[in-house]
Amino acid sequence: MNNAKTATGGISARTARNTRRLAYWTAAWLVTMALASFGPTLLWDQTLWLTVGAIVLNLAVGAGMIVANKRHLQGLDEMHQKIQLEAMALSLGVGLIAGLAYSNLDANNVIASDAEISHLVILMGLTYLAGIYRGHRQYR
Amino acid sequence: MKNRLKVLRAERDWTQARLAEELDVSRQTINAIEKGKFDPSLPLAFRAARLFEMKIEDIFDDEAKN
Repeated sequence: MNNAKTATGGISARTARNTRRLAYWTAAWLVTMALASFGPTLLWDQTLWLTVGAIVLNLAVGAGMIVANKRHLQGLDEMHQKIQLEAMALSLGVGLIAGLAYSNLDANNVIASDAEISHLVILMGLTYLAGIYRGHRQYR
Repeated sequence: MKNRLKVLRAERDWTQARLAEELDVSRQTINAIEKGKFDPSLPLAFRAARLFEMKIEDIFDDEAKN
C-alpha cells in the first residue's frame, strides 16, 4: 500500500530533501521577483522586452516553486499534511476577508494611504505561520 | 480514539522514533496518536496492524461505540 518508504528513503530524509528543493525554488523565485521589480529602473532603463522577459521568467520560476511546494506537501505524513491544510485554510480565509475589507477602506477613502498588495501578502504569511504554530501545539 | 500503540511499542522495546520509521511517519505523529490527539487514517491503521500482526480493532478502539 505504501511504497514511498522503500522508494525514497525514510520520511525524515524525504522531508529534508523536499524542503531543501522548495527552499531553492523559493530563493530563485525571490531573485526573479527582485529582477522583475527593480530591473526596469535599475538595470535596463525600462526596455520593454527585457521587462516582459523578466516577468515571464518570474512566472516560470513561480510555477516551479508551486510544483516543489506540492511535492513537499505530498511528502509529509498525514498529521503534518493536516496541520498544513488548516494553516493554509486560515491564511486564505483571513487573506480574503481582510483583503477585501482593506480594499473597501481604500476605495471609500476611509484610509489615507493606498491599499498595497504587499500588506496582504505579509498578513497571509503571518497568519499561515500562526496557523502552523497552532497546529503543532494542538497535536503536541 | 484510544489505542494500544504505546503498550505494543513498549513490549518490543521500541522508541517512538523506531515505530515512526517502521510506519513511515514522523515521531511527532506517533506521539500525537499515542496521546489520542490525532486519529490515524485507515491506511496508516492497516500498516500498524500489519506491523504488529494484529487486527485493527485489537490496536485501535473507537470510544464512540461504547
